[in-house]
Amino acid sequence: MDKLLEVKDLKVSYHTYAGEVQSVRGVSFDVNEGEAVAIVGESGCGKSVTSKSIMGLIKTPPGEIKKGSEILYKGRNILDFTQKEWSEYRGNEVSIIFQDALASLNPTMTVGKQIVENLMMHRSMSKKEAFEEAVRLLKLVGIPNAEERVNQYPHEYSGGMRQRAMIAIAYACQPNLLIADEPTTALDVTIQAQIMDLIKDLQKKMNTAVILITHDLGVVANIASRIVVMYSGKIVERGFRDDIFYRPKHPYTCALLKAVPRLDLSNKQKLASIEGTPPDLISPPKGCPFCTRCEYCMDICCEQAPMTTHFEDGHEAACWLHHPLAPKDNLPFKTEECK
Amino acid sequence: MEKEVLLDVKNLCKYFQVGKGLTLKAVDDVSFKIHLGETLGLVGESGCGKTTCGRTCIGIYNKTSGQVSYDGKDVHSLKGAEKKAFKKEVQMIFQDPYASLDPRMTVADIVAEGIDIHGLAKDKKERTEKIYHYLDLVGLNKEHANRFVHEFSGGQRQRIGIARALAVEPKFIVLDEPISALDVSIQAQIVNLLIKLQNDMKLTYLFVAHDLSMVKHISDRVAVMYLGSMVEVTTSEELYRNPLHPYTQALLSAIPIPDPQVEMERESTRIKLEGDVPSPINPAPGCRFRGRCKYANEKCSQCAPTLKDVGNGHMLACHRYDEL
Repeated sequence: MDKLLEVKDLKVSYHTYAGEVQSVRGVSFDVNEGEAVAIVGESGCGKSVTSKSIMGLIKTPPGEIKKGSEILYKGRNILDFTQKEWSEYRGNEVSIIFQDALASLNPTMTVGKQIVENLMMHRSMSKKEAFEEAVRLLKLVGIPNAEERVNQYPHEYSGGMRQRAMIAIAYACQPNLLIADEPTTALDVTIQAQIMDLIKDLQKKMNTAVILITHDLGVVANIASRIVVMYSGKIVERGFRDDIFYRPKHPYTCALLKAVPRLDLSNKQKLASIEGTPPDLISPPKGCPFCTRCEYCMDICCEQAPMTTHFEDGHEAACWLHHPLAPKDNLPFKTEECK
Repeated sequence: MEKEVLLDVKNLCKYFQVGKGLTLKAVDDVSFKIHLGETLGLVGESGCGKTTCGRTCIGIYNKTSGQVSYDGKDVHSLKGAEKKAFKKEVQMIFQDPYASLDPRMTVADIVAEGIDIHGLAKDKKERTEKIYHYLDLVGLNKEHANRFVHEFSGGQRQRIGIARALAVEPKFIVLDEPISALDVSIQAQIVNLLIKLQNDMKLTYLFVAHDLSMVKHISDRVAVMYLGSMVEVTTSEELYRNPLHPYTQALLSAIPIPDPQVEMERESTRIKLEGDVPSPINPAPGCRFRGRCKYANEKCSQCAPTLKDVGNGHMLACHRYDEL
């Protein structure tokens, strides 16, 4: 498979009154054509900033993409794009859907008009053609009475339908890559299931690559083929889905998997909580960012950032525990304990 | 052995007038019991009336009709000293730890507000001791007492909210989505804390949430609501093993499980619910769920099913249970 997108050593900072917040601190990953990659992490770990960088939505100032960062789309660095290249790239090649559909849709325009706008701009359709296409798209994403609904405003739609309308807009120009930034967080579970099915369906039908950004490991299990786990602006682990779920190599991934109660297991036992809170990114720790909360923390963890250890199939983790000199007993990933 | 009933809710209704002669039936004919020392989980999708139900139960909202008795006393007709005593025994923890704490008060004052109102401390020294005690109980320390709320993270704020509720030594706490605003790793901390406190202080919880997996983890029994009415009440184990109401079945099967293999196996048997939750304003008669239910028939649109015991205390509101 060909690489569609490659992010190399992405560093993004925000300049605030309190100081420079280093939201993303050297993130590298890639997405193949037609593949679904999930970025998982807690709030403030930099996953949304990463996705915004890919869309070119980092506002400067206060944001700043550091020198040396590269985002290669089909081999071209998008950070060097001119304004014209950006507008061809956005919408046409890459689309994004956000968590809060109501805030992302224009309240003063009908849903149809918002789709038509996109089509006329990128696919040079006439107004009539674009309008017919809009109805077809709304039908495709499962909006009932699309012919009438196309003339309605976002406030007349329910939460699930708004997210469907967002997806219709995102898919209007048949992009090669869809970024879904917490697409179902604001929705109820039964609606969440519908939306995830839709995204999966469209991914297969149109061979669109998807970057799914979420904090919900359950959603990820169902859709992603590869997973990137982020923590305080860094990638702590990445690899294929089954490697991450069944053979995690980083204590944070392990802890995250154990911290969620499982509906299918009848355990009344205590949840494995991760004590403490993520570090402040104005002055990030010089060692491993997870060291203060890690139960396997060693002296070196607080002193020096861990190197990345590579395992088979592109599975890699940034943790000192994989160093040849690290003690090998009592490790979280040696046993089946993580499951 | 029959356990002692702490809160008994009978046919509770809470309607809101939303103008133009329309009525929003947020809670419609809901009955349930909470036993002493147990946790009852109340789940449902947004807009199903679970929060309104929780609030009406402890008298924050006036009821439209029905009856709520706490420890044998009618909650909505309490007056004077009795009402004050009730308010001391019943506390609430809110969803949004950013909005539910006064930004102009120090943590000490927030925690001590109830202590002052109910006169639980003899002098200043005892008041301070109590504040430190409750902060310690929820995993904060003395140094936090003189700070303001904006200096804390979401998880810490939720701990302050819990300390405030505990400070008046309550027996019964309504937890209204206490963890849904928090991150996964912090959620586990708070849930563990709540379970520990319940065991140590013999508390009774009404745990309102939409996250069924967390509710299953913390609750002894679970009540499922849909659009203002209760559809199923049973023990949490039974609810997962043997859900009887079509809505509960769909709800459970929609929840993703963080395990790719299990998800793959579930894919074929997944019950997909079409459409959205209808509006609770002037709902049509009959079963509220019938528009999305594949088993719905004539009878479902004529009259609403009532909650009936179908064996071993498993309560269900569905006309078609016997046939299916």
